[in-house]
Amino acid sequence: MKKLLLGNEALAQGAIDAGISGVYAYPGTPSTEITEYIQKSKTAKELNIHSQWSVNEKTAMEAALGMSYAGKRSMTVMKHVGLNVAADVFMNMSVSGINGGLVVVVADDPSMHSSQNEQDSRYYGRFAMIPILEPSTQQECYEITKYAFDLSEKMELPIMIRLVTRLSHSRAGIKTGDRTAQNKIKLPTNQTQFQLIPMHARGRYQHLVDIQGGNRKSSEKSPYNTFINGDDTSMGIIASGIAYNYLMENYEDGECPYPVLKISQYPLPKTRIKSLFDNCDKILVLEDGYPFIEEIISDFLDEKRAVIGRLSGHVNRVGELDPDSIKKALGFEVEKTEPIPEVVSGRPPELCVGCAHRDLFDAINILGKENSSQKVFGDIGCYALGVLDPFASIDTLIDMGASITMAKGAADAGIHPAIAIIGDSTFTHSGMTGLLEAVIEDTPITVIISDNSAIAMTGAQDSAASGRIVDICKGIGVNKDHLILITPLHKNLQNNIDLIRNEINHPGVSVIIAQRPCVQLPKEKKDLLRKIKNISLN
Amino acid sequence: MKTNIILAGVGGQGILTIAAVLDTAALASDFHIKQSEVHGMSQRGGAVQSHVRISDKEIYSDLIPKGKADMIISVEPMELLRYLPYLKKGGLLVTDANPFVNITNYPELEKLYTEIKSHTNTILIDAKKIAKNLGNSRATNIVLLGASASQLPLSDDSLKNAIQMLFQRKGERIVNKNLEAYNKGKEIAIATI
Repeated sequence: MKKLLLGNEALAQGAIDAGISGVYAYPGTPSTEITEYIQKSKTAKELNIHSQWSVNEKTAMEAALGMSYAGKRSMTVMKHVGLNVAADVFMNMSVSGINGGLVVVVADDPSMHSSQNEQDSRYYGRFAMIPILEPSTQQECYEITKYAFDLSEKMELPIMIRLVTRLSHSRAGIKTGDRTAQNKIKLPTNQTQFQLIPMHARGRYQHLVDIQGGNRKSSEKSPYNTFINGDDTSMGIIASGIAYNYLMENYEDGECPYPVLKISQYPLPKTRIKSLFDNCDKILVLEDGYPFIEEIISDFLDEKRAVIGRLSGHVNRVGELDPDSIKKALGFEVEKTEPIPEVVSGRPPELCVGCAHRDLFDAINILGKENSSQKVFGDIGCYALGVLDPFASIDTLIDMGASITMAKGAADAGIHPAIAIIGDSTFTHSGMTGLLEAVIEDTPITVIISDNSAIAMTGAQDSAASGRIVDICKGIGVNKDHLILITPLHKNLQNNIDLIRNEINHPGVSVIIAQRPCVQLPKEKKDLLRKIKNISLN
Repeated sequence: MKTNIILAGVGGQGILTIAAVLDTAALASDFHIKQSEVHGMSQRGGAVQSHVRISDKEIYSDLIPKGKADMIISVEPMELLRYLPYLKKGGLLVTDANPFVNITNYPELEKLYTEIKSHTNTILIDAKKIAKNLGNSRATNIVLLGASASQLPLSDDSLKNAIQMLFQRKGERIVNKNLEAYNKGKEIAIATI
C-alpha cells in the first residue's frame, strides 16, 4: 500500500533511500518535518544516520559539507531565510564543489504564512551557479531527492531542492522504491579542492564556470522538465514546481489546450524554451515566488518577446499562487463566489494560555508605562506574537538575533531604556556574538533571554541552550552582578518588575534570564528539565 | 468522482485528526488523495484549515479552488463561515454549535447561527455535548465526522477501520469511545437532515 506522507516527509524518505549518512538542520517552518521524519525513522536509526538538530543553519550546512568531504552523502535543510544565515558556506561550497553527494533543501514560504519575507531561493541557487530542483508533487519530492544525490555526485556540486509551503505541508499517497547503500569514507582525490585560498579558489571558480554547460545539458534532458503538447499555439505556458498543479487544475482531467513546458530542473533548458518561443505567439510564465523565470526569459528592453506572468502584472506579483489566482491569465472568467459574511472576525494566532512569555510581557508593559522612552527590540520565535494586541510590547522584529544588536545600536544612538527580548534557542542560534559585542563596550542595554527550553514555535524541539545559558553568559563576560534569573509567573510580577527596573538603571550590559518551560512540552521533558536545571549563579 | 472537503477550526481543536481519518480511509479505498494543512505560527490559537481532496482520478492542486468545495466541516461556528467563498452552490455545511472565544470581538452567537441557517444544506449540532455525554469531550471532532459521513465518498467500514487504526495506540477504550462518537454523529445527522 502507498504511504501517506507530507511533501516534506516524502523528501525525507527519498533522502534515506538515497543512502544519506546525515541530515543537518535547524527547525524553521515550513521545513521542520523533513528532519523530524528522519529523527523518528527506524531505518535511519538502524543505519546510524545523523539527525540531531544543529545550532543554526550555517553550522548545519558546514557539518553537511564536512560529511561530504569524507565521501558520504549528506543533506542540509532549512527555511528560506535560514539560507541567508548559511549563505557564506553556501556560496563557497559551489566553488569548492563536493565529494559525497550533498543536497541543500530550502523551503520557501510564499504568502509569509510563518515568515518575515517571501524571498525566492532559486536566486540563491543561480547565484551559486548550481542546479536547482523544484518538485511539484509529493511523489516527485521522493523521487527527485534520490535523483538529486546522483546528480550531485555526477556534477561534483551541491544541488538545491526548492520547496514551497503548500507542497511541504500537503499529504498524498507515496510509492517508495529501493534504497541505495550508504557511501563508505572516501577522501577527495584532489588535495586542493577544499583549500580555498585565492590561488586555489581562482582555479575552482574557473572550473565552476566551465561546467555550467554541463549543468544546462543536464536540464535539457532532465526527466523532470517535460513538454506536454497542445494545439492552441496562441500561447505557450511555462509552469514550474507547484504552479504546474494550479495550471492543470483549471482544465478537466488536466487537458490544457496550450503547449506546456513543465520546469522542475534549473538552470533553464534554453533549447526547449527556445522551441516553445518559436512555436507560440506569446509565453505565460507561472511560478510560485518571485518572477524568476519570467525575468530571465523576458526581453529587458521589451522589444520583441511577448512574455507575461507576475512581472508583467498578468498574475499577482506578491503572495502565493493558487488555482484561482492564475485564472484570468488563462483567459477564464473569474466566477463570483459567496463572500465571507461581515459577522466573521479575524482570529490571529496568540500565545498559549499559561505561556511564560505572557507574564514577561506584563512586566515589560508596566515598565513601559513608567518610562515612555523605553524601546523593546524583539526577535524570532513565539514571543514575536508580543508585537500584537493585547501585549503590543515589541517595537522591532527583523531577523534571528537582531534583538541584541539592534538594541546595542539604538543604545549607541542614545535610546534608553533599550531592552532586547530573545528566546533561548534564538540566543544560541545568533544572539551570542551580539552579546559579546555589547559586553566588550559595556553598552547600557538590558537583554532578556526568555528561556522556555524549547524551539517552541516550530513544535517544541530540543534547544541547544537548555541548561547552558548561565554558563554561556558568564563565559562571554557578563558581569555576574548583572546576570539575573527570574521566573515569569503572575505571582512574581511585582518582584520581576523591580528586578528588571534595577537592571534598566544599570549603566552597562545586564542579562536577565526569564526561565519557565514551554507549556507545550510533554510532561516527561519538563521533569527532565527540572533535573538538569540545577542552575546556580554562584 | 471527486470530493473536495474543507476542514475548519482553531489551532489545537483536532481538525487534523479528522483529516487523518479521511486520508487513511481514502488511501485504503485506493483513491487518490491530497490534503494540505497548516503548521507553524497560525497553529497557536489562530484560524486553521485543511483542504482534503479525494478522487478516483489524478488530483492536481493541493488547494481547493474557490466555489468548488462540496462541504465544509467545522469544529467552530464562526470558522465555518470564514471559508464560505470555497463552498460550491448548495454545498453542505457541518459544524459544532459551540464557539471558541479567544478574541475580544467575537460576534454574537445568534448572528452566526442565523447566517449558517440561511444556507439550505446545513448540519448545526451540539457535537461537544454529544461527545461529553459519551464520556469523551475530546471526540467532538469525530462526532462531526460521523455527521458528515453519509455525504462522503467513503464507506462506513473504511471510516471505522481508519478510526480503529488511528486510535489503536491509545487503547481499546479510546477506540470504542471514538467509534461511538462517530455512530452518534451519524444518527444525529440523519435526524437533522
